[in-house]
Amino acid sequence: MQSHESHAWLWWIPLLPLLGSAIAGALHLATLRARKSDPQTSAPGTLAPWIACAAMAGAFVLSVRGFLALRELEPAARALASTVHHWITIGNPQSPLFEVDLGLLLDPLSSTMTLVVTGVGLLIHIYASGYMKGDAGYAKFFAYLNLFVFAMLMLVLSSSLLGVFIGWEGVGLCSFLLIGFWYEKGWPAEAAQKAFVMNRIGDACFLIGSFLLVRLFGTLDMADVVQKIGSAQSFTSEQSLQMSLAALFLFGGCCGKSAQFPLFTWLPDAMAGPTPVSALIHAATMVTSGIYLIVRLNPLFAASGWVLYVIACVGALTALIGGSTALVQRDIKKVLAYSTVSQLGYMFLALGTGAWAAALFHVVTHAFFKALLFLGAGSVIHGMHEEQDMHKMGGLRKHMPQTFLTFVAGAAALSGLPLLSGFFSKDEILAHAFASGGLYYGLWAVGVITAALTAYYTWRMVALTFFGEERFDHHHVHPHESPIVMTAPLMVLAVLSIVGGALGLPAVLHAPHLLAEWLAPVTAPGNKILEAAHGSHHLSHAAEWILLGLGSAVALAFAHTGFHAYKNGTSQDEYFAGKRPSLAAYLGDAWTIDSGYAKVIVLPLRMLSFLIAVVIDQFAIDGLVNGAGSTARDIAEWSRKTVSGSLASYALWMGAGALVISALWMWS
Amino acid sequence: MELVLLTFLPLVGALLVLCTPRASEGLQRGIALATTLAVAVLGVKLFMGYGVPGGDATPYSFSVPWFSLPSAYAAPTAVHFSLGMDGVSLLMVALTAVLMPVVILSTWGHVEKRVKEFMVWMLVMQTGMLGTFLATDLVLFYFFWEVSLIPLYFLVGIWGGERRLYATIKFFLYTLAGSLLMMIAIIAILFDRGTSDLSALIAQLGDASTEKQLWYFAAFALAFGIKVPILPFHTWLPDAHTQAPTSGSVVLAGVLLKMGTYGLLRFCIQMLPDAAVVAAPWMMALGAIGILYGALLAWAQTDVKRLIACSSVSHLGYVVLGLFALTPAGLNGGMLQMVNHGISTGLLFLLVGMIYERRHSRALDAFGGVATVMPVFAMFWVFTVLSSVGLPGLNGFVGEYLILLGAFEASPLWSVIGLTGVIFGAVYLLMATRKMLFGACTNPENQHLSDINAREIGLMIPLVVLAVWLGVRPNDFMHKIEPSLATIHRSVADAKQARTAAVEPLAPVTEGVATR
Repeated sequence: MQSHESHAWLWWIPLLPLLGSAIAGALHLATLRARKSDPQTSAPGTLAPWIACAAMAGAFVLSVRGFLALRELEPAARALASTVHHWITIGNPQSPLFEVDLGLLLDPLSSTMTLVVTGVGLLIHIYASGYMKGDAGYAKFFAYLNLFVFAMLMLVLSSSLLGVFIGWEGVGLCSFLLIGFWYEKGWPAEAAQKAFVMNRIGDACFLIGSFLLVRLFGTLDMADVVQKIGSAQSFTSEQSLQMSLAALFLFGGCCGKSAQFPLFTWLPDAMAGPTPVSALIHAATMVTSGIYLIVRLNPLFAASGWVLYVIACVGALTALIGGSTALVQRDIKKVLAYSTVSQLGYMFLALGTGAWAAALFHVVTHAFFKALLFLGAGSVIHGMHEEQDMHKMGGLRKHMPQTFLTFVAGAAALSGLPLLSGFFSKDEILAHAFASGGLYYGLWAVGVITAALTAYYTWRMVALTFFGEERFDHHHVHPHESPIVMTAPLMVLAVLSIVGGALGLPAVLHAPHLLAEWLAPVTAPGNKILEAAHGSHHLSHAAEWILLGLGSAVALAFAHTGFHAYKNGTSQDEYFAGKRPSLAAYLGDAWTIDSGYAKVIVLPLRMLSFLIAVVIDQFAIDGLVNGAGSTARDIAEWSRKTVSGSLASYALWMGAGALVISALWMWS
Repeated sequence: MELVLLTFLPLVGALLVLCTPRASEGLQRGIALATTLAVAVLGVKLFMGYGVPGGDATPYSFSVPWFSLPSAYAAPTAVHFSLGMDGVSLLMVALTAVLMPVVILSTWGHVEKRVKEFMVWMLVMQTGMLGTFLATDLVLFYFFWEVSLIPLYFLVGIWGGERRLYATIKFFLYTLAGSLLMMIAIIAILFDRGTSDLSALIAQLGDASTEKQLWYFAAFALAFGIKVPILPFHTWLPDAHTQAPTSGSVVLAGVLLKMGTYGLLRFCIQMLPDAAVVAAPWMMALGAIGILYGALLAWAQTDVKRLIACSSVSHLGYVVLGLFALTPAGLNGGMLQMVNHGISTGLLFLLVGMIYERRHSRALDAFGGVATVMPVFAMFWVFTVLSSVGLPGLNGFVGEYLILLGAFEASPLWSVIGLTGVIFGAVYLLMATRKMLFGACTNPENQHLSDINAREIGLMIPLVVLAVWLGVRPNDFMHKIEPSLATIHRSVADAKQARTAAVEPLAPVTEGVATR
């Protein structure tokens, strides 16, 4: 199945960032020490970005090496593995009942993810070295950022589900640390806590899914699971149910990490973190781990038919919620955050149709253009002295031309303007939804509506930020272009956003779908099961052309409308808020889902917790305990009085005792 | 002999401290530290040598006749002074041995009065705890069990907080009440079987009728359940913890509570397998509900030390859930969780003690923004919280995962209820972290707190190392306990099988009745 030759060098891919993190952390501590004598210094900490970027560059080079090594192999044999040790063994080590190994597996899927994580990650690290300059926690920031990359690489490279879980919770932790990076302000710390807890809810589902997999297959090695499902002739209805439940619970885990309905509400709040964090963690990499996991276990999901429907519906719904909410946001980062929620919804819609490669294609292109947009937004915020409200921007294209041009490239890709990367990846998802027919027609329609919303809010954002009159206070704000260290990564990402579509050209163009072919060894088992169950869906060329044309038309039309509505200022927002105030409030609050949770879930639980603490614990249980104590004392008090020293009373008691004993004796 | 040396070395140390003049506190601290360090070295050596192929088994048991109990009905029962060790006791002994020097070192900061007595009680308590884990005679076990109880009475009663008297009497009477029931059960067993030797009883008592086993089980489980503590016998714990000095809290959470869970495994499960099988669903339910209940209880606390005490109720619920799942994964997880809880909660209490020594407050509202003034403290705190909430890669995760996996095998419902503790654990600990460490440091009383010093960092390092080690290489520990747990699991599995086999033949009989 796989080559069992060990490739220990694979471990350097995650370990380099871990090492970088440790060094950067030590530099942070050294900086703290140095500040004791000179409070203003940032001396040793300034080395941290060099270390961190070097670690990222090293990991990227190794990832490329892994990619090239895989290409040398036959497609079916494309897997490099390395296992260090048995992590958890239950039972006799010679013949264990259950065993989890710490191992890495590089195959086309993990290789793709590794390239994105280290490649985009490197660019974001470079950018951050400019963006975070002067921050008191400069070195700490890079320690966390590198630690995140380590966890993310463990997530995509681990061969067992529990190894994935190390990364899964690890990225959650780093996300927590980085959202709360400016914890002195208070609200970032709250956002961080919320993100961690929401993720934990998903993680608990993940664990239930893993228990079910152990029960079904006796292993958590993902290649074993895939192989066992693939080679099984049939399943009993009991097994099918358990498999579906396993898939459903694992998807629940994905909902937490990848911000899907109903667990998406932490992601917009996560924007409290520094902008490079938003770009790396909350757009390009961590939030896509749910998609990765489902593609990794695709036969499990393919064999659980109704779960695919659930995934597709959740994805479409989330896409719509995110897209509609982004329409009315004023904070530039919030627009991008809801846009991310929405785009992740597209990816799950793709997974729900069994279009594994299409989902991953969108992961890749989205990583390019959304990282670009976030970094561009960061550049704007940087240049505007930490202003994030688009109503206080405007006309910035003259002040920051490089940021402007690259931002437009990213916006064009996001809104799916023809021939850019987002166009091809989104179109492929919609085509798959359309081809699946039945219920999926409805989901396809939702996808098209969301595409229209996407084009509209994206160009509204571009217009409000870069066009129209300058709405900022000229006395206090002096917009300026960011340094080269920040704009260079933007340019690289802009190029990738423009040409990234070449990875997966549609079949009608008679060009190869490079990514789908590359992923074929991984996606084949799931596709086989789906084809056996539903047959294969193929659109006619005419239908594909029509869909492509429709996609282009929708994108162009709504991009045009959105841009022209806002290119002269914010009046359209005021008009909408005045005309439909309740709708505007409803959308602005993301369909009031988050505030609903606060009322319906958090508050009752909080009350239950106080009920338990005060009424049950202190009053009832402890009351009984103390009551038993005081009763005992009362009895003692009473019996103390009986020790009166009066002979008569002793005689009385003795007589009574004798009477009782003899009565008992006679009775028995 | 090594076991005898290990057990009584602390007592020797206690005698030495007694001989010192009252004023020479440095010497008293030094002797206590040296003694516990020596025990730690012995314990670690024992741990390393245990279970190595070709190793000699003799150091692991010791037995001499002690006294004989006269009996009106049968031949007198010979009680032996016998110590013995298997993987289960090994792990507990190692935990005790390693934790004690840390505890002694932590007293530098908060024990200023009557140092001599304090050290004596601490060392006596260590002998009691080690003896409890090592005794292989029922009477001797009871002896050590009570010996370890008395020192804590004084530790809390003399060096405790404002409401120490209430807390002391509560926990002392509570534990004693449980112990008395256990004593009655022990006497009953002695009369019944004419021996107090644990291995003989483990071999024999499985034959006793399930009903009789259940009576014994109930008495033991109540005593251990109060100690653990299992819901609803837990209310003494938050009071005792809140009032105890830091070092007392660390020993209480780290080791003393584990005497309860150890007892459950050794006596309720291993010695009374049939009763364990019958009672398992109820015990699992108590464990799982305890996890959720303890977590919600902790969430409502405003005193950070009390919050951690309540979290102990939750974390020990995991142990009960895992042990009574009676599956290999559950037993392994339960054992690991005992050690993990000792490390994580021990660290948490140490950290709370450190900040209390500086700020003289434990109210969550009194803090805020402490991370800005005490960054190193904040680092250790966050690390410990992560270990406590079971972040994979640190110690807490492996135990919790195995417990929930093992429990899922036995009962998905209770496993899933227990799993909510994974979520709520993050809720209350992160809430406490946020309120203490994060936000702006506006309270003037917090603005000049000094960060933790080298001694404080140094005493936490061993526990931090253990937390990482247990998280990354749990097998180093699990391989040691595996043979012992396999033995226990086998006897329980036999009991389970015998029960199902005993039920099955009934079916034809009832059929026969029906046809007739």
